[in-house]
Amino acid sequence: MLKFIGKGVCGGTAIGPAVIYKKEELKIKRIAVKDSENEILRFEKAKKKSADMLREIYEKALIEVGETGAEIFQIHLMMLDDEDFNASVRRIIVHQMVNAEYAISVTAENFAHMFSSMDDHYMKARAIDVKDISERLILALDKARGSDTLERPSIICARDLTPSETVLFDKEKILGFITTHGSANSHTAILARNMNIPAVIGVGDSFLLNVKEGDLLAVDGRAGEIFVEPDSETVIKIREKENENQEKKELLKKLRGKENITLDGKKINIFANIQGTEDIGAVLASDAGGVGLFRSEFLYLDKDTFPGEDEQFEAYKKVLVAMSGKKVIIRTLDIGADKKAGYFSLDDEENPALGLRGLRLCLKRPEILKTQLRALFSASKFGSLGIMFPMVTNFWEGERIIEIVREVKSELDRDGIPYSGDVELGIMIETPAAALISDKLAALFDFFSIGTNDLSQYTLACDRQNPNIEEFFDPYHEGIMKLIKMSADSIHKEGGWIGICGELAGDLTLTESFLKMGIDELSVSPSEILKLRDKVRKTKVGDN
Amino acid sequence: MKEFSYIIKDEIGLHARPAGKLSALAKEWQSEVIIEKGGKEVNASRLMMLMSLGIKNGDEVRVVVTGEDEEEALDAIKRFFEETL
Repeated sequence: MLKFIGKGVCGGTAIGPAVIYKKEELKIKRIAVKDSENEILRFEKAKKKSADMLREIYEKALIEVGETGAEIFQIHLMMLDDEDFNASVRRIIVHQMVNAEYAISVTAENFAHMFSSMDDHYMKARAIDVKDISERLILALDKARGSDTLERPSIICARDLTPSETVLFDKEKILGFITTHGSANSHTAILARNMNIPAVIGVGDSFLLNVKEGDLLAVDGRAGEIFVEPDSETVIKIREKENENQEKKELLKKLRGKENITLDGKKINIFANIQGTEDIGAVLASDAGGVGLFRSEFLYLDKDTFPGEDEQFEAYKKVLVAMSGKKVIIRTLDIGADKKAGYFSLDDEENPALGLRGLRLCLKRPEILKTQLRALFSASKFGSLGIMFPMVTNFWEGERIIEIVREVKSELDRDGIPYSGDVELGIMIETPAAALISDKLAALFDFFSIGTNDLSQYTLACDRQNPNIEEFFDPYHEGIMKLIKMSADSIHKEGGWIGICGELAGDLTLTESFLKMGIDELSVSPSEILKLRDKVRKTKVGDN
Repeated sequence: MKEFSYIIKDEIGLHARPAGKLSALAKEWQSEVIIEKGGKEVNASRLMMLMSLGIKNGDEVRVVVTGEDEEEALDAIKRFFEETL
């Protein structure tokens, strides 16, 4: 059994055989022609044929995915008719005396490039629309291409899918979509959501190298997990998840708007973990009391250069405004050799988990951290902000953070940029060292947040992703619990608060122990909020 | 020549769908409709160029309408901006 992880863009689960969708490579040759008028005529005919096909697809999509999802094909029709696009194709045919195929493909490449180089994720994703149109045109020049037929209900695996490919499959026979590329803004994602079909995107190239046509796949569209040739245990687990999803929906109705309060009256904050601004909708829908972990990495990854202060400011402001006064805790850049963007020019490390990552990188290159802090403080007046620093190990790092924050604030004062006076500062407790000196660190900060994933791996000296040592990786290890308790006691002594934002926060078998330790806040993925609320409301903390 | 300025309030900005609608709307009139953002001008009836402006939430755009039916055209386009953007 192999496991792959991508971005789950549409919830639900699916189990079924893989169909590998390979595009017929369109090899376009540049061919010199004598009669350019004839080429233009061919182009006009292909355009008409494509337009007819698009209208047909639009009708099909209208029935299958509804008006919002189908509208893209009307856009395609309009793009097909676009003055500049058409003028460019004709110009190339006439001036270069070449075949229509070549003229279309060059034009499409230029337009696709125009979109993909735009500084806007949505517009970047439009490049594929242009490619879709040009492929359609080129195929129409030749012969009509039949729609893709599936023999049996299957999970479609592809590098990327154009909108028309996505809807041309027989909906009754699609169990799920998996693409190795693509973004949450891609049409596959949008259409999958409209069709309510589980979809995982951005799985990475290695997926297609490891999957054969007909392999059994189990997909969890919520977690973004894919299992190739799953064992029976996994199949059962995935099936159970489906049932759970149904239960969750029921729970949601009952628990909405209720307080997170234990049987004996202790109020707990239940917050949401998010990856980026696109998750805000899910947070609001989940009835979370705030955002407990906003991973700021998304601003830095998939980029060619560092995000500027303004770009960051807009993203932070957006979350703060959307959460309208509820607490938003943003974690500063947590990047390292295992998760990096090229422009950081980080050296490869033999041991990235123990290398230059998180706060370490920020302290070595303080200009990166300062830009981020300036953006954070400038945005702070739009809501209730907490800033959290990852991977602290030494006391001096804590002192250095406080110093840098002071520098940033005085720069903002000097520049006349207002910021909130109530920004809370906290650190993540992810290393045993930090937990063991939490009494000292507590004096410097307003809050702690336990990152259980890293804390477990560093405490147990076990790589949590290494299946060979799975039996040694015990996230419930008494040692970990002692470190959490120690941290809670330290920060409470200084009048601060403590939360947990790792995977264990959502582990309902631990909720009671955590609450007894005095944990004030639990931050989990939006889909787990109400389950946890339910658990808290059934738990008794007792005197401690 | 008639013109107005507008700050985009829509969360996503001028994405494909409204751009398609705006472009279709611009074609309905005889007048030429120019959209300007940050010094870059495009003809609103040209969908791809219009999308290439990358008009986002918070951006200020200037709309200039020139031609025989400029008054009615401007009213219709202004209404479109106010209602959808």
